[in-house]
Amino acid sequence: MIKVNGIDIEADGTVFAGKSVADYLATTNYDCKRIAVELNEDIVPKAKYAETLLKDGDSVEVVSFVGGG
Amino acid sequence: MIPSQVELREALVKKQGEEVVSKLEKATVAICGCGGLGSNIAVNLARAGVGKLILIDFDCVDITNLQRQQYKANQVGLPKAEALASNLKEIAPYLEIETHVARIGEDNAISLVGEADVVCEAFDDAEAKALLTNMVLEFNGGQPAEKQKYLVAASGMAGFGSANDIKTRRVTKRFYLCGDGVNDVDKCFGLLAPRVMACAAHQALTVIRLICGMEE
Repeated sequence: MIKVNGIDIEADGTVFAGKSVADYLATTNYDCKRIAVELNEDIVPKAKYAETLLKDGDSVEVVSFVGGG
Repeated sequence: MIPSQVELREALVKKQGEEVVSKLEKATVAICGCGGLGSNIAVNLARAGVGKLILIDFDCVDITNLQRQQYKANQVGLPKAEALASNLKEIAPYLEIETHVARIGEDNAISLVGEADVVCEAFDDAEAKALLTNMVLEFNGGQPAEKQKYLVAASGMAGFGSANDIKTRRVTKRFYLCGDGVNDVDKCFGLLAPRVMACAAHQALTVIRLICGMEE
């Protein structure tokens, strides 16, 4: 099981284990300029989305910012 | 007459306790963006007795800012970082302040926030928010624990929704996020002082709690 923001993204049978953070993001509507991605409590550097591979048991947090302040 | 530094400290101890005052006066906090969030965070932290604030903003006070930001009508046109520093000095005359009239980008973010123990992300632009968040957290990745910075960011405080929707969330050990997470100023009309201030208050309280060692 791989969780993103607390939800199991493999629940529908899609396998993300072995795929990269960039592969996962490509399946979503996130705007990459507005997000920060944490993997198991550590930031995933922007430049490493493509080489950071997901594995079973991972917990990912994608924070997507909205404007205003 | 302006009270002495000793008198002001004694007054703070009466309301916050010696231990908290002692920790706050040793702390440095960077405020990135001195608008609706940043100016209100800064006022809260100045009142609470934080030792040093680093104020960073490239912009000048606009007449449309007066509705929710801690500026006065006679400060329209002045650089925000400098106008805010002047207002904070009236509130807390012994506060140490460093100002930077500068736009934060990839090339200067870490040098501008300097030795800050806590960085407040207080921009209005979503891409700038994400950029600073990534910069600070990526910086932490290469540092020993004692040199890592806390980041207290904000997302979602536009519109006329209930203030009860604004929350503080611990994302990771060094990253806290305040706001409703949803209401984007570009999609949701309105920025109201009490709602923006509620979010700023969440950020300021989180800063104080983190400096005092109270993690969520």
